[in-house]
Amino acid sequence: MSTVDRLSVLKTYKLFVGGKFPRSESRRVYEVTDAKGAWLANAPLSSRKDVRDAVVGARKAFGPWSGATAYNRGQILYRVAEMLEGRREQFAAEVAAADGVSAKKAAARVDAAIDRWVWYAGWSDKVAQVAGAANPVAGPYFNLSTPEPTGVVAVLAPTDSAFLGLVSVIAPAIVTGNTVVVVASERAPLPALSLGEVLATSDLPGGVVNILSGRAAELGPPLAAHQDVNAIDLAGAPGELAVELERAAADNLKRVLRPQPGDTAKGDHWLADPGTERMLSLLETKTVWHPMGV
Amino acid sequence: MRTLRYRIEKVRRFTGVTGCYARRYARLVTMPTTVPAYGDEAARRLASLADVTASDGALRRFLHGLPGVDAVGLDARAATLGTRSIKTSAKAYAIDLAISMVDLTTLEGADTPGKVRALGAKGMRPGDGAPPVAAICVYPDMVATARQAVAGSGVKVASVATAFPAGRAALPVKLADTRDAVAAGADEIDMVIDRGAFLSGRYMEVFEEIRAVKQACARPVGSEAGNAAHLKVIFETGELQTYDNVRRASWLAMLAGADFIKTSTGKVAVNATPPVTLLMLEAVRDFHATTGVQVGVKPAGGIRTTKDAVKYLVLVNETLGERWLSADWFRFGASSLLNDLLMQRQKLSTGRYSGPDYVTVD
Repeated sequence: MSTVDRLSVLKTYKLFVGGKFPRSESRRVYEVTDAKGAWLANAPLSSRKDVRDAVVGARKAFGPWSGATAYNRGQILYRVAEMLEGRREQFAAEVAAADGVSAKKAAARVDAAIDRWVWYAGWSDKVAQVAGAANPVAGPYFNLSTPEPTGVVAVLAPTDSAFLGLVSVIAPAIVTGNTVVVVASERAPLPALSLGEVLATSDLPGGVVNILSGRAAELGPPLAAHQDVNAIDLAGAPGELAVELERAAADNLKRVLRPQPGDTAKGDHWLADPGTERMLSLLETKTVWHPMGV
Repeated sequence: MRTLRYRIEKVRRFTGVTGCYARRYARLVTMPTTVPAYGDEAARRLASLADVTASDGALRRFLHGLPGVDAVGLDARAATLGTRSIKTSAKAYAIDLAISMVDLTTLEGADTPGKVRALGAKGMRPGDGAPPVAAICVYPDMVATARQAVAGSGVKVASVATAFPAGRAALPVKLADTRDAVAAGADEIDMVIDRGAFLSGRYMEVFEEIRAVKQACARPVGSEAGNAAHLKVIFETGELQTYDNVRRASWLAMLAGADFIKTSTGKVAVNATPPVTLLMLEAVRDFHATTGVQVGVKPAGGIRTTKDAVKYLVLVNETLGERWLSADWFRFGASSLLNDLLMQRQKLSTGRYSGPDYVTVD
């Protein structure tokens, strides 16, 4: 008896939409290869109807998620980090294949991603102190500015950092109460689709994160033009596409995060300290005037 | 000749009586010119069927003589028709048609005159050039408000009555409820049948009740508000347990003079489903083939998306044909459906997916 006797059990990668794992509405798939061109798996090739369903899911989840206490959101995100920790080996293997790096380097990136998730989780009940204020005004009023989540955020995930880059764009959006529709890296979607399985088992309400795999050029335009999407993060959009999407996004005055020069860089760009910028740019400031009483 | 014999056979099967009756109806069924259920001619034709409704026993024999429903076949047929792909210009047509068939409904304990007026305004002008809805559906005490809100627009006012939704009240109370709504200016009355009587087999009681309510819908000749209010009979199919019962209830209501038959109140767990609606459409088709009387159908409750609505339109077209594809003969009882139809309409005209921020909250 040799080891060949055991049949290989191949994984069917599926989308993560509204807390469920559907196939693409279009029934299409495409071949995903590692950095050297060897076949890894078939991933769903999403269509604009998957975009539509994902936005519906995200919108439905927005009320409860943004209404949950900051403390509760933080706890849930810690829980996600705990689940990620338990599947480090799987993610390290997927990142090694996706990013084309050594096992050691891949493990370092996964660790960095988990640490980043924890770091953002900590921000949930602190961001209001940084972004909010008690404003001095010329009258007997309390004048308080508080940050509120923008709403449904469409994210084109970075193309060349399949896991660390992905975590670095999802976590800052959801920690403040936004819900997201993520278009995973077209070339390397598998870590993103596996992340969906982690999110589904870690108390995160269904629909807070929706993950689609497919072509950014196909899924970007309907997302950018969608009237029910409030912001779009173009981290993974190549130059020309980013311009086109920004133009489409202007129709309903979406907030747009333009791609930064390093966003699509290969290598360890995403290892750098992220800062609070990405988190703060997906917040709206609400200011209330309240009479002081006596 | 073959079709004639087929028709006679069908009548014989439906009535469960022997040849002499079949021959008596043969004259009727070979000339089924179509007449609307609310006209005088329809009443005359129903009167000629009086022997099936002559006594409790005859009515029971008739209803239990109706062929049993093939549940698996019915489900499969409804599912198959639900897979039709309706796109582009056909979809645009279907959406506008569906909007014009909506009975925009608010039946909450918390209804206020303001809410009813807002609903009326929305029904008359849903926005972006969409056609007005068919009717506003309210509780009887809101009829006057609704009447005022949609005055002169062609949008009808429908009112539920007869102790909606349970229907558990004495007949005089139900009739008073109905007369009240009619006097306040309702164009249409949605009554609920007494499911308790129906399920315990007291068909005659249900029959007489529908007849009595229909009489209560009448207005004095030359009345300012027009002719008699049209009567929609609600079966609450979710409580009737079996498809056979739905078929029996359909025939019972049509024999009693219903202008419309309606699936549900929207107040119980199971509301309109495609198979139940298909079954009722088939009953209407058979009734029309037998008597020539045209009766309308209204599925209500649980229809929330454009996709669902278009599926129902396909059912209507495939079962009854184009003649029923108008707001006079097919309605949707819905409240949130209209918003989805409007969003789909925006998507078709702009190419961009719309969202709930772009339609009214009601």
